Amino acid sequence: MTKEQRNALEIAACKVRMGIIESTHAAKCGHPGGSLSAADVLTYLYFHELNIDPKDPKKADRDRFVLSKGHNAPGLYAALAYRGFFPVEDLKTLRHTGSYLQGHPNMNTVPGVDMSTGSLGQGISAAAGMALAARYTGNPCRVYTLLGDGEIEEGEVWEALMFAAHYKLTNLCVIIDNNGLQIDGPISQVMSSYPIVDKLKAFNFEVVEVNGNDMEELERAFAAFHGEHDKPFAIVMKTTKGKDVSFMENQVGWHGKAPNDAEYEIAMGELKARLAGLEGK
Amino acid sequence: MADVKKIATREAYGNALKELMAEHEDVIVFDADLSNATKTNIPQKAFPARHFNCGIAEGNMMAVAAGAAAMGLVPFASSFAMFAAGRAFEQVRNSIGYPHLNVKIGATHAGISVGEDGASHQCCEDIALMRSIPGMVILNPADAVEAEACVRAAYEHQGPVYLRFGRFGVPVFHGEDFSFTIGKGECLRDGKDVAILATGLLVNEALEAAKTLADEGIDARVINLCTIKPLDEEIVLKAAAECRKIITCEEHSIIGGLGEAVCSLLSEKCPTPVRRIGVNDEFGHSGPAAELLKSFGLSAEHIVEVAREFVKE
Repeated sequence: MTKEQRNALEIAACKVRMGIIESTHAAKCGHPGGSLSAADVLTYLYFHELNIDPKDPKKADRDRFVLSKGHNAPGLYAALAYRGFFPVEDLKTLRHTGSYLQGHPNMNTVPGVDMSTGSLGQGISAAAGMALAARYTGNPCRVYTLLGDGEIEEGEVWEALMFAAHYKLTNLCVIIDNNGLQIDGPISQVMSSYPIVDKLKAFNFEVVEVNGNDMEELERAFAAFHGEHDKPFAIVMKTTKGKDVSFMENQVGWHGKAPNDAEYEIAMGELKARLAGLEGK
Repeated sequence: MADVKKIATREAYGNALKELMAEHEDVIVFDADLSNATKTNIPQKAFPARHFNCGIAEGNMMAVAAGAAAMGLVPFASSFAMFAAGRAFEQVRNSIGYPHLNVKIGATHAGISVGEDGASHQCCEDIALMRSIPGMVILNPADAVEAEACVRAAYEHQGPVYLRFGRFGVPVFHGEDFSFTIGKGECLRDGKDVAILATGLLVNEALEAAKTLADEGIDARVINLCTIKPLDEEIVLKAAAECRKIITCEEHSIIGGLGEAVCSLLSEKCPTPVRRIGVNDEFGHSGPAAELLKSFGLSAEHIVEVAREFVKE
C-alpha cells in the first residue's frame, strides 16, 4: 500500500466515523461504539478489498459482505453511503419511521446490503451458506463476514465455523472485531470468549491476528486471505471500541447509546480536526 | 381399507425431491443428521454433490440455507418438525422469514404419529410457530400424491415455504390426475349438515367419518385444507354459510393450528359454531402411532362422535 493509498483510506474511514456520529445523533439511538471500532475494516473492505460496483449493487459475481454483528449498521451504512451506494445525506434518516435505513441491515431495502442481519450469530451461518452456494454454482466471488467478540458467545457461531471448516470453504473470510467490550461490560467479565485465536485454530481455521485500526495491518491480513490456504480463513482484529472519539474510546457505555447535542459537537469537532490533518489542511 | 396403499408423506417428499433435482439444477438439499429418517437420503443417493449434511445443528442449517437462497439457489432444508420449526424458530424467523428468502423447509415427523420416540419428538406446535411468521406458506399434505405435488408447488412458489410431513404411513386417496394449487382447499365430499375441515393425515379419517355419518343420515361435507397459510377463506366461508356447523381436524395442538385459523376467520366474517379436534393442550407420549392417534381422538371414530353430538345441537 502506498502512502497515498493509506492516506486516502484513512480519510475515508474518518468520513465513515463522521457518518456514524451523524446518523446515531440524528436517530437519538443506535450503536456507535462497535461501529467505530469496525470503521476501519468496513472502509478497507468497501474502498479497497471488495469486488463491488455501487452502480450495479446486485451484480452476480460481486463479493458478498454479511454484517453478522448487525447492530453496527451505522458503520455499514456510512461505508456504503460514502462508497456511493446511496446519498450520504440519507444517513440522517437512520432508524426514522419510513426510512430504508432500518435499525439493523435489511437486504431488501438498502442498496449494497447482501443479507438481513441483527440477531447475533446468524450472519456467519448465512455467509457460510453463500460461500457454499458460490462454490456450487462456480461463482468466483468471495464472502466476508464481520462478527463481534461478544457475538461469538452465541453457540450458532461455532456451528457455522464447524460447517465452514467441514466443507473447506476457502472462499469465506470470517473477521472478528475484538474490541473487548460487550453491552454488559468487558467480555472477560460477562462471558469470556477467549482465547479466540486458539479456538478458531482448533476449529480448523487459518487465522491471522492484526491491529484492526491500522490500514497496513488490514492489508497484510487480506493479502494472506488472497494467498494459498486450504482451510477457511479468519482475521482476528484487535480494535478500540469507540475509536477516534475521545470520550467514547474503550467505554462500555457507548455500546448502544447515541451522542446528545453537546457530545455530538465534541465528537464531530474531533473528527473534523482529524480529517483536516489527514487532508493536510 | 385393507388393500389401500399406505405411504408416509416423508417418503413422498424424498421421492419428489429427487425428481425435482433431476429437472432443476438450482435445487440443493440440507439435512441435519437425519437424512435416513427425513428421506432426503433418496435424493442424496441420486445427487450426492447436492446434498449437504449440516450435522446436528439445525439453527445453523436454516441460516446457511438462507445464505444459499440469497445466492439464487432453492434450498430444501430438512429436519424433524420439532427441530426445524422449534429449535430453529428464530433462524427461520429472522434469516428466512424477515428477508423473505426462497428457502423450503421440509419438516418431517410432525405430530404425535411419530410414535415411540415420545413427547420430546412429537411436535404439535409447529403450525402455530410457522403461522406467526409473516409471508410463510404452510403446506400440510394428506397423502403421498399431495405431498409430491406440494414439493413441486413449493419450488414454483417464490418465498419461504414450510412443508409438513409425517413419519407414519397413510392411505393414498388422491388419484394420479390430482392437481394442487397453493392456497386452494379441496372439497372431497359435498354435504350440508356439517362441514369437516381437515388437514394432513386427519383428512383420510374425515373421509372415513363422513361415510359412517352418511349411514346414520348425517350429510357431512369434507374439505381438505392442505394449505394452512394462506388459508382458503372462500371455501371455509362457503362451508360455514351452507353447513352452519364446522369441525376442524388436525394432528396438532388445538392452540395455534388450523382450528384457530378457521375460528379467527369465522369470528370476523361469518360467526359459526366450531368444534376443534386436535391435541388438547397436552404433551404426547410413547406408543405405536395408530394407538396414539386413537387415544388422542385423532381418528374417524372420534370425528363421528363429535359430529353426531354437534349436529343434534
